[in-house]
Amino acid sequence: MVIPIMLGVVIIVFSLSFLAPGDPVSTALGEGYTQEQYDAQAAYMGLDKSYIEQLVSYLVNLVTKFDLGKSYFSIIPIETELAARFPVSAMLGLFGIALTVLIGIPLGIFSAIKQYSVLDYGLTAIAMIMAAIPGFVLSILCVVLFGVQLRWLPLVGLDTPKHWILPVATSAFPGIAGMMRMTRTTMLEVIRQDYISTARSKGLKENVIIVKHALKNCLIPLVTIIGGSVAMVLSGSIIVENIFSIRGIGTYMYSGISSSDYPVVMAGVLVISFVVCIVNLLVDILYAFIDPRIKTIYGTRMTKRKKPAVLPGAASEVV
Amino acid sequence: MHGHLVKERKELDLRALENMAVKKTLWQDVLARFLKNKSGIAGFVIVVIMILLILFAPLLTRFDYDAQSFPDRFLYPSSLHPFGTDNFGRDLFTRMLYGGRISFMIAIIATFISAVIGTIFGSAAGYFGGVVDTIISRFLDIMMAIPGLLLAIAISAVLGPGPINTAFALSIGGIAMSARIIRATVMAIKTNEYIEAAKATGSRNFRIIRKHILPNTIAPLIVNSTMSIGGSIMGIAGLSFIGLGVKPPTPEWGSILNVGRDYIRDFWPMTVFPALFIMLTIFGFNLLGDALRDALDPRLKD
Repeated sequence: MVIPIMLGVVIIVFSLSFLAPGDPVSTALGEGYTQEQYDAQAAYMGLDKSYIEQLVSYLVNLVTKFDLGKSYFSIIPIETELAARFPVSAMLGLFGIALTVLIGIPLGIFSAIKQYSVLDYGLTAIAMIMAAIPGFVLSILCVVLFGVQLRWLPLVGLDTPKHWILPVATSAFPGIAGMMRMTRTTMLEVIRQDYISTARSKGLKENVIIVKHALKNCLIPLVTIIGGSVAMVLSGSIIVENIFSIRGIGTYMYSGISSSDYPVVMAGVLVISFVVCIVNLLVDILYAFIDPRIKTIYGTRMTKRKKPAVLPGAASEVV
Repeated sequence: MHGHLVKERKELDLRALENMAVKKTLWQDVLARFLKNKSGIAGFVIVVIMILLILFAPLLTRFDYDAQSFPDRFLYPSSLHPFGTDNFGRDLFTRMLYGGRISFMIAIIATFISAVIGTIFGSAAGYFGGVVDTIISRFLDIMMAIPGLLLAIAISAVLGPGPINTAFALSIGGIAMSARIIRATVMAIKTNEYIEAAKATGSRNFRIIRKHILPNTIAPLIVNSTMSIGGSIMGIAGLSFIGLGVKPPTPEWGSILNVGRDYIRDFWPMTVFPALFIMLTIFGFNLLGDALRDALDPRLKD
């Protein structure tokens, strides 16, 4: 399922850049060029061919050489630039998601086990407010407060661990509310189940019940939402990286946007979408590990069709 | 004796209640449930106040949102300029109100487009099933694989800035979501007996969808659209913030915030007020959407 989706994404993204206005050839050449120069440049950029030919060559180059096209203005290949910048964005994203999980899930659990308490109402209200704050608004307000007014934290770059605090916090923040609400809802559903009462009547300690029995049964929705937050953090990176001047994929795309360098923008969209697709696949695979029933359903269906044994990864088609 | 009377009284009350329940229409029921929800009313009030502010903008301010006045640059809030003035000496309060017009207009248009297109695709996929469903669902899968903000960025990078382009860019990302919701609802409704009855009496597919199925999708559509307007306002502000979306001098909350960023060290009103307006509006729409969901679909409530 992942391959056709990725193919579809490539086609959509390529078509978008194909439809982009302006003439990239004259943009690349600048002022004063002859017709021969123009034709040569068009041929070099592959723009003298038809839509289908261009799409096919784009796809072939992408698959065989990881070639993401040529920037209008820079000779550095887009893929080199992206590869150099990817680790920073990935680290930022991972830390952001980790922080989201570390804050969101415990708060959601507290909220659920103390349902209708002051704590629950307070946390729910805070989550509602947090959900209303866009990442970039928060980043700006944090910059004003911690960077400009209090001067506690540096504002630009990622040189020291202190530099990471604000970017990570602001990329984590928008996801925390969603994570908290999701944890609360699923937890509330789970703790009403009979097996929780059974565990209680066995005399197990409350923490053991919550962690071993309840949380385990909440994992599927939680894994889903953690997977979803990857998409959110990565697309938010354009804004967060820009605000804190971090040399990641986000700033690269931002520079592409401001100079109308469409191949750069599209390559960024493509790479992030691929990461999201792969994460979705991983999430599907994880489902089978978390809940063996998913694997079994798929297994029996496959044996009816008389096909060889199923890999756990194949479960992605069930969900 | 007394106990007997009380019991009889209770029974009467119950019967009266039952009668009332029968007489109430679905929408009265929804309204009653909605009115019980305090946070929903708060959300409704916030949204209504915002809408009134932007509708009556010309009455609420004596300034022109474009009138520059060089000596009056960077004034802090005063009785004359409640929010102060910006880097061109324009009244910030006025610009916030007119900026809200742009944001709301784009958000409503974007939500409307994605609701309409989403309903068409979603109901076709849900009603016909089979190959139609497979093709539409796979296409939606592809759309869902590109994160919404990124898709909007890619589309508006191609189309260029401007209110209509922004509305279009944002609506494309919303189609997949609303189509999915409509599809699921239609698939659930399709199994009802009255659909079978309509088919048996010879109604054509289009008539069944229009008369019997679509009215049932209104509730989820309303909830999704309310949430989506809030989300779109966030999206517009985000796009304007990175230089897509709406470009200055057209006032828009995100672009005012973006310009304010340059003066962040010395002048706070240009960042704080747009930030507050954006947050408050989204907050209002989220509360309203949550309450509508609880009121329209009581099964969802815990």
